[in-house]
Amino acid sequence: MSENPFSLWVYLSQSPLLWLTVTLLVYAVTDAVSLATERHPLANPVLHSIWITGAFLLVTGTSYTTYFEGAQFVHFLLGPATVALAVPLYENRKVVVAAILPMLVALVAGSITAIISVVVLAEAAGLPRGVILSLAPKSVTAGVAMGISESLHADPSLTAVSVVLTGIMGAIIVTPLMNWTGITDFRARGFAAGIAAHGIGTARAFQVDAVAGVFSGIAMSLNALVTSLLVPLAVTLLVR
Amino acid sequence: MIASLSLILLCQLIGEVFVRGLGLPMPGPVIGLMLLLLLLLARDRFSLLVRGPLEGGGVENASRALLANLSLLFVPAGVGVVQQLDLLAEHGIAIIVILALSVVVTLLATVATFVFASRLMTRGEDTP
Repeated sequence: MSENPFSLWVYLSQSPLLWLTVTLLVYAVTDAVSLATERHPLANPVLHSIWITGAFLLVTGTSYTTYFEGAQFVHFLLGPATVALAVPLYENRKVVVAAILPMLVALVAGSITAIISVVVLAEAAGLPRGVILSLAPKSVTAGVAMGISESLHADPSLTAVSVVLTGIMGAIIVTPLMNWTGITDFRARGFAAGIAAHGIGTARAFQVDAVAGVFSGIAMSLNALVTSLLVPLAVTLLVR
Repeated sequence: MIASLSLILLCQLIGEVFVRGLGLPMPGPVIGLMLLLLLLLARDRFSLLVRGPLEGGGVENASRALLANLSLLFVPAGVGVVQQLDLLAEHGIAIIVILALSVVVTLLATVATFVFASRLMTRGEDTP
């Protein structure tokens, strides 16, 4: 027996094991709740995992650096997951080639809208330059966006937060918004979700419709390519 | 499984080396994505490549497993919000409103362009 339960906590709270377990456990619970509510948009597992884990860190006075030593094993997989997007792209190459024209037009329109809207709005709101640069790549998957942010000498950790916020908001709003527009083409709906809200939007799209999920996955991989080329350009042109 | 994961990591590694080596302004995993796509397409053409992870859906299954839990992978980055509480106290409302407006505008612009272009195309096929 440990002579002091506090010393056990001191040991555990510094070990990657505890924080990796917390990350997976909280996600498993929030994902189960999401499933139990039939994937209600507001029961988004990423949203609830983040605030629960964040609150737990604040209450226990644990630094993000300590938490990240455990959570980095999950975070690391963002890179391989980006590479893995080649597989849905490959498997659906016939559907993709058949819809190549609308996809490419929508890709360019969506990607440009995503970057310009956020940069122009942030300029109008008078946000500091460092914040604007960090927000610019927010519509692509976290690994890619943080890479872009790094190459712009912005703040990759703020970029990561804005990426996740964008993804959560996109995933929550996409179904009600698309129902409101009356558009029933699930290729188009999924594609929009992938462009605007990357992996979190894609996870949402797969919950709603398989075709929507595939097009969302394609959209996020294409957007990763286009945005990494467009953001440096847009920033040079738009940011003072 | 291990061979498939190795192939995915290898694609990413080559992507990183390529990007860093040439000083390109794009992330390594994106090059890795293109590399894996080219490998899968090349496999269908050259039987020489049908082996190891490229045989019997090895790399496909590993990729599907990774993508099935894609939203979990965003949690550690999202928890980084605890580091940004000062910034959020100062600019939080503005940032959230900007991101929300931007995501709605992007969704509408993308879906409208897709539907419009797709209708234009089918109309073009109907009246040759």
